[in-house]
Amino acid sequence: MEWANAIIQGTLLGGLYALFAAGLSLIFGVMRLVNIAHGDLIVLAAYLGLTTSTALGLHPLAALLAVVPLMACIGYALQRGVLNRTLGDDILPPLLVTFGLSVIIQNALLEAYTADPQKMDAGALETASIAVGGLSLGVLPLLTFAAAVALIAALQWTFYRTPLGRAFRSVSDNQDIAQLMGLNRRHVFALAMALSLAVTGVAGVLLGIRTNFDPSIGGGRLIFGFEAVIIGGLGNLWGTLAGGVILGVAQTVGAKINPGWQLLAGHIAFLLILAVRPNGLFPRISG
Amino acid sequence: MPEPLLRITGLDAHYGDFQALYGIDMTVAEGEVLAIIGANGAGKTTLMRSIAGLIGNGAGQVVFREEAIGALRADQIAGMGISLVPEGRQLFPSLSVEENLLVGGQAGRQGPWSLEAVYKLFPILEERSGAPSTALSGGQQQMAAIGRALMSNPDLVLFDEISLGLAPVVIKAIYDALPGIVGEGMTAVLVEQDISKALSVSSRVYCLQEGRVSLEGSSADVTRDEIGRAYFGIG
Repeated sequence: MEWANAIIQGTLLGGLYALFAAGLSLIFGVMRLVNIAHGDLIVLAAYLGLTTSTALGLHPLAALLAVVPLMACIGYALQRGVLNRTLGDDILPPLLVTFGLSVIIQNALLEAYTADPQKMDAGALETASIAVGGLSLGVLPLLTFAAAVALIAALQWTFYRTPLGRAFRSVSDNQDIAQLMGLNRRHVFALAMALSLAVTGVAGVLLGIRTNFDPSIGGGRLIFGFEAVIIGGLGNLWGTLAGGVILGVAQTVGAKINPGWQLLAGHIAFLLILAVRPNGLFPRISG
Repeated sequence: MPEPLLRITGLDAHYGDFQALYGIDMTVAEGEVLAIIGANGAGKTTLMRSIAGLIGNGAGQVVFREEAIGALRADQIAGMGISLVPEGRQLFPSLSVEENLLVGGQAGRQGPWSLEAVYKLFPILEERSGAPSTALSGGQQQMAAIGRALMSNPDLVLFDEISLGLAPVVIKAIYDALPGIVGEGMTAVLVEQDISKALSVSSRVYCLQEGRVSLEGSSADVTRDEIGRAYFGIG
């Protein structure tokens, strides 16, 4: 039963990792951009959630109503103002610029909020649980997993069933020809980044409710996100969920064997899958 | 004399340090079918891409409906009513046939062309509407590329090498559809290596040679000798 518990808790943790990863996957799928600042943007969203819920006296989940649109606006402005200028045949400029952005966000958060760990207070939700077949499942992890499934389903629907999704895929296929169809690629890329950071907003707030955070933890979240994306297959949204779950289960099973092995077990699982399936388990976006 | 739909004056175009077009002067009247012929490397595709906004223009002016468009982006030019059927079809591989057509209509211009109208013109596309665009034959892909361009209800369609690499029976089917397209009030510029084909469907013809206009005239009046000299620079 303890092993079953570890696997189920890992699966639920995978939901949070899938949320970290979904934005990365979307951006890579649309514009082949690897966003090194993604983890720091997750932490920024957590701080925005903290500030909103503290200043307005809101429950952290209610703060999502402010954080998600705000992150989407930041994403649009960031892409139009900075990142569009870095895109081209050379992959180095976006890597360098998003690395620089990561440093700037970390230091700005440090200046604004200090290095002290923070946490959002979600009250009884943090400890609430339901009993299922002898196992006790936390309501918050269940909620996080459900949010991951719902958001990935919504992203998938957007990609394959809406004019916006067609625009994303056509610009991803051939930017010049998409421009000939009247699509402004700079605007389409900015919409993709807005959508990516909206998802990141949800991830950041749920992270901030679940655990302590400080300005320096973005790098770790970025690695979890990357690992989930690469395990699942670059650009495949459902694969990203599968990647998050595999990473989460590896971590909780590793921790069950030895508490010090949690992160190591996740990285080993990632390396093993990378060695056997270099393109991930479910490569490419597929309907 | 009425102002032409498209007026090009002294247009230069470059790929890096390489100059591909030299002082092109050209006019396209509303409702006409204009043919552009020339050997490989003469600058025909470059001219099409310059008009459509895919290549930054050097010196010169491109004026569409009395508005300078030379400095506009391709998506802005598409929104004004110029559509390019690119050389090599270039459908979006991750989109189905129908999605390719719908992307063409995304500019939102009103007019006679809709999904139904395109399917009526090329019934095979309706049969294959759900198939990935990569699953189509070359001829079907060309039909989809033409349909995609028509979906934006353009005033001016630029056809770049629509018969290149296709079987004669397919070329005939596509050329048979041309009157139905132009009959809807569109103006067409046709880049074509098959000279007799180009002359048979057009009212006027330009020949390009090494990035310059080497011949301009009525398709019915130009002689084989004139074309030979303009095409190959001999005689």
